Amino acid sequence: MIAAVPRSGWHVAAVVEASPETPSARRLVLDVPTWPGNAAGQHLDVRLTAPDGYTATRSYSIASSGPGTRVVLAVDRLPGGEVSPFLVDEVRAGDEFEVHGPLGRFFVWHPIEPGERLADASADGPRPVQLIAGGSGVVPLVAIAAAHGAAHDPTPMRLLVSVRTPEDAFFGDDLADLARASDAFSLDYAYTRRAPDGWTGHVGRLTRDEVAAVVLPADDAPLVYVCGSTGFVERVASWLIELGHDARAIRTERFGGT
Amino acid sequence: MSFITRGFTGRGRDRDDRLPPGQTLARDFPVLSAGPTPEVDTDEWEFTIRTESGVEHTWDWQGLLDAGVEDVETDIHCVTHWSKLGTSWRGVPLDALFEEVETDAGYVMAHSYGGYTTNLPLEEVLDGQAWIAIDYDGEPLDPEHGGPARLLVPHLYFWKSAKWVRGLVLMEDDQPGFWEQYGYHNHGDPWREERYW
Repeated sequence: MIAAVPRSGWHVAAVVEASPETPSARRLVLDVPTWPGNAAGQHLDVRLTAPDGYTATRSYSIASSGPGTRVVLAVDRLPGGEVSPFLVDEVRAGDEFEVHGPLGRFFVWHPIEPGERLADASADGPRPVQLIAGGSGVVPLVAIAAAHGAAHDPTPMRLLVSVRTPEDAFFGDDLADLARASDAFSLDYAYTRRAPDGWTGHVGRLTRDEVAAVVLPADDAPLVYVCGSTGFVERVASWLIELGHDARAIRTERFGGT
Repeated sequence: MSFITRGFTGRGRDRDDRLPPGQTLARDFPVLSAGPTPEVDTDEWEFTIRTESGVEHTWDWQGLLDAGVEDVETDIHCVTHWSKLGTSWRGVPLDALFEEVETDAGYVMAHSYGGYTTNLPLEEVLDGQAWIAIDYDGEPLDPEHGGPARLLVPHLYFWKSAKWVRGLVLMEDDQPGFWEQYGYHNHGDPWREERYW
């Protein structure tokens, strides 16, 4: 029998803020009055309509979560793209477009509820969480880290972000604040082109050794969320398997080149 | 709903009658999977069809090839809005495998190495509509695209074309598969934009 699942729908979104996020990306804060709220890690579709009725639709991860009507996106400009250059370079506060969602119920994470601890002691228990992002793949993981922080969830959570340079880091200040505010959340960076001053670690494409050094060990049986380009996710996920992680505990989200 | 976005004129305009609504032409071949890529060797590969009465029909790699490989040229459509037109595949039509299978079931659940599942009406995987694909664009199918063998059901969104396919289980009643449980449409016709529930 078909499970009853709630339908998502189209909503009108108004741009409240549009601010530079990295040299190639922009953070958009949307107000969506009919938004039903979303879980951390979900995505939505943006639909733009031209005066002659032509439409273009693309999927974007959501950097926010919870029941409110504010929805935060961070869009990276794909050179030659049709929708992302418009969202990064053209859109301004007050503009409106349509969004469809929230979408996806697999690449999501929920903080533990108050009172859940006791029940969990006899069950699987809350599992530690390892988040791993390549570039703009950090966007849905920011939502997860923020939900963890807002809930004061004591479950250990660790985020590894691979970026080209320090300037390319999305939500850098927000993530640093989360790491300062909670002993349960820690943040690691890997730099592929240029590291900040004083950095003593490796600079170059992320390696298996780096991953092994900073991710929660397989013995802790963490849930692992990996998000980034296809090549990044393929490499990291295969290393995780080699490092003993259970394939069933690894969730991936990849973005292609369209 | 007609809803003009200020300043948006559209740059792609790659409209083509073969492109279903809401789809954009992809230049590359994006990969979408829920988890890590399983590595399956053709020496160990098996494909099983299990009927509603529990009868199992199993093919190994050579047995699959012996059932008759054919060329398939088709358009493919992903729920995440990309389509590719005129893609080239080689595969074994499910019709050839179902020649030996007796069933009155109306639905199949496709199962994959790695645990993925997706459900399909039986009548939509027969009569030249579905294949076990083993080559893409003249080369053996890459593991990240589902190699060594994936289901190919091009008239439905591509999540129905289960990668790393290992079997079909016939079902008298329909049940949702993996993405269908996570909010994707139960049927998935690109021309009717059956993307999500």
